[in-house]
Amino acid sequence: MRATEVDLAVIGGGPAGLAAALEARKNGIGSILILERERELGGILQQCIHNGFGLHYFGEELTGPEYAWRFVEQVEKQGIPCKLNTMVLHLSSDRVITAVNSTDGLLKIKAKAVILAMGCRERTRGALSIPGSRPAGIFTAGTAQRFVNMEGYLPGRKIVILGSGDIGLIMARRLTLEDAEVRMVCELLPYSGRLTRNIVQCLEDYNIPLRLSHTVTNIYGKNRVEGVTVAEVDSNRQPIRETEEVVPCDTLLLSVGLIPENELSKDAGILLDRITSGPVVGETMETCTEGVFACGNVVHVHDLVDYVTRESITAGRSASDYILHHKETGRRKEFVRTVPADGIRYVVPQQICLREHPEGLKLFFRVDGIYRDVRIAVKCGGQEICSVRRQKVAPGEMEVLTLKPELLKGLDSCGSLSVELVKGKEGGLRP
Amino acid sequence: MVYDAAVIGAGVVGAFVARELSRYRLKVCLLEKESDVAMGTTKANSAIVHAGYDAKHGTLKSILNVRGNELMEQAARELGVPFKRIGSLVLAFSGEDRTTLEHLYQNGIRNGVPGLRMLSAEETAAMEPNVSGTVVGALYAPTAGIICPYELAIGAVENAVRNGVDFKPECGVLGIRKEKEGFTLVTEKGEIRASCIVNAAGIYGDVISEMVQDKSFTIRPRKGEYLLFDKSQGNTVHTVLFPPPTKMGKGVLVTPTVDGNLLAGPTAVDVPDRDDVGTTAPGLEHVMESAKKSVPDIRFRDVVTSFAGLRATPSTGDFIIEASRTAKGFLNAVGIESPGLTAAPAIGEYVAGLLGKEGLPLVPKNDFDPIRKPVIRFRELADEEKQALINRNPLYGNVVCRCETVTEGEIVDSIHRPAGAGNLDAVKRRTRAGMGRCQGGFCTPRVVSILARELHIPVEEVTKKGKESNLLVGRKG
Repeated sequence: MRATEVDLAVIGGGPAGLAAALEARKNGIGSILILERERELGGILQQCIHNGFGLHYFGEELTGPEYAWRFVEQVEKQGIPCKLNTMVLHLSSDRVITAVNSTDGLLKIKAKAVILAMGCRERTRGALSIPGSRPAGIFTAGTAQRFVNMEGYLPGRKIVILGSGDIGLIMARRLTLEDAEVRMVCELLPYSGRLTRNIVQCLEDYNIPLRLSHTVTNIYGKNRVEGVTVAEVDSNRQPIRETEEVVPCDTLLLSVGLIPENELSKDAGILLDRITSGPVVGETMETCTEGVFACGNVVHVHDLVDYVTRESITAGRSASDYILHHKETGRRKEFVRTVPADGIRYVVPQQICLREHPEGLKLFFRVDGIYRDVRIAVKCGGQEICSVRRQKVAPGEMEVLTLKPELLKGLDSCGSLSVELVKGKEGGLRP
Repeated sequence: MVYDAAVIGAGVVGAFVARELSRYRLKVCLLEKESDVAMGTTKANSAIVHAGYDAKHGTLKSILNVRGNELMEQAARELGVPFKRIGSLVLAFSGEDRTTLEHLYQNGIRNGVPGLRMLSAEETAAMEPNVSGTVVGALYAPTAGIICPYELAIGAVENAVRNGVDFKPECGVLGIRKEKEGFTLVTEKGEIRASCIVNAAGIYGDVISEMVQDKSFTIRPRKGEYLLFDKSQGNTVHTVLFPPPTKMGKGVLVTPTVDGNLLAGPTAVDVPDRDDVGTTAPGLEHVMESAKKSVPDIRFRDVVTSFAGLRATPSTGDFIIEASRTAKGFLNAVGIESPGLTAAPAIGEYVAGLLGKEGLPLVPKNDFDPIRKPVIRFRELADEEKQALINRNPLYGNVVCRCETVTEGEIVDSIHRPAGAGNLDAVKRRTRAGMGRCQGGFCTPRVVSILARELHIPVEEVTKKGKESNLLVGRKG
């Protein structure tokens, strides 16, 4: 078995891992190793051949592979070593990684700092317990996307999509362009929580019906899917039997949510947030386990890769600080917790260290429903310290709020920082 | 060529009958209408090796249950199939239930079940801390165990094939002609001659027996639905937990599986369709409600999948294992509902004995090898063993299924073994690739391309489970 030591090990060579590794190199870290289980770098971006990436970060519209290439090229230019086709089997709390591939066999890598960038996985039919038979033709949207865009095969010809997640919407358009018939997209909620531009560009432009407050209640077919039952749901999200309708199709795609992939984090005993299912992090993106940082979808599911890049740059910089200066962040001793209050599902970072923040501090969060005409307020010990107005907020669009440096002084007494929605006169849930 | 015996049905019963017959100098074939071993009742059941206190004393069920439980340890060892004797508890929630348990206990003693013991509420709670506070006592059976039923059947068929049995998948029997000597079986793959026939056709047992005009029984499909939980929940309970039994069966149990998941189920609903293995919303709801009665804090958010299976419930109330009265040389081994999995090794033994009495010469083979070639499970090896394995064959260094840590080496091996995997689900049952929390989201495209490469077929022809269950409909335009 090979044993090696590195300053920084990055688990995952997708957009998060690549940006973090590059930032670490920029900050003077020589010994870096990226571990990637795929045959190439770039992560899920490689199968996202549509455009719309990079508007925020690069100020131009790129496809997924183009966005990834900007980082892959830099990693190659910088000569940062990568191990491809390499699966990490275990991570210990003292940052020893066990990994495996065909050429090296088993690898033990002792790292001064580790960056977790494993991304996320898709929720499955099993997690929803959709009743019915178990024929071929039921795919998660991402698996179908891989078959079409990477392998060059069509998963089906008559398609029903359950869930209006972004990948589902993208696949509705993609399969239509491949001459498949997308019968409908069903969304359990009375609204689609996803990016408005995807609803318009992927469904409306192609006349694909979006059935809000609808779900799939049965799947038919012995060998291949022959149809599904679609039903409207009531306000408790329970199917209304009288509205059931059989829709013939040969394929059911599921786009019903993403789950940060944290099995390795659990191995290492890293504290996870029950709402995000990702590690609890500080503003440095350090987890509660010393020397282990995390960024991207492994922390919380992002809707824009541009934000993943920014977050990963923070993680790369912090990991470098830790390696070079053994910087005691102090977070474990003195920190304030951020608390999602009324109308807010979660806030990242979950902990904020009490020290100088010359550039201010960014809080990322999601709301728990669609609201119009609201104020988002940050409170410290019940006292409002700042707020912003929003015309409309939706769970599908991550919100960002910057706390200015002067606001952060004098926080040490409050213990926690809460983020909440304050509804305006016209406020309230709108379908 | 005329076979000495044709076994119809490659479920766990047919598998053990075929393996038992392969001990002797006989030409045996095993016919299966589906694409793989274990596609019927064997694929979807509670995966329990029962102690033997349930079956009414004196029934064939009771005898073969206790004998099967005895034989299981050796069978599992020879076939390299993990088996854990974790014990079982039948829970009592009231004084009335305690009386029911008392009767079970007495019945078990008469059946010869070793180690049975009545437990107090405190003893039960000490053994199973997550059990409901309303439990007033339990019947403990230390010899109960857990095993993977399809792995057991696959192991038995592999070993049978290794010892000379011809396994014929996708070879459904359409009719049987009684000849002067023996039978002609008309199958999907042509005619097959055999001196004897063993009917182990499960849910279709009565359909097959009617082909020789034996209408002495009927088989009714009784559906059971299950929920399977993530491995993180496997430690919720440590023994097999049953509620008190009812007329419809043993009720919804909660148990760890031998692979480390948690399993809850089954329902018991008679259905008209012999192929209806769909789950239903009321069925899954019933499993949740019932499981909560035994284990209130069971975590339904960690369900990874649900499934349903059909029990082959016989009109006679007992296993039907006997020579048919209508056709000499035709033997039924049907109506094998619970505890059929437990009884299977004993049924194999019993059926061989009956065939001997029918005149089949049982001359032992000198070269019978009871040991199945061991299956390598990469995830279970020590680091040094993993390294040595990869040095020998680098395919074991390529992890294909990340949730269950299954390597390409294991998948390739599963395809090329005797009675090997020919489709995605067959690979899954043999290696666990695709059985984890992402349910094949990540590994499906990879396993599909490995199957196409190893079987020398186009990717579009790879199926989920044989016969027209193609995963992909064509190449991109």
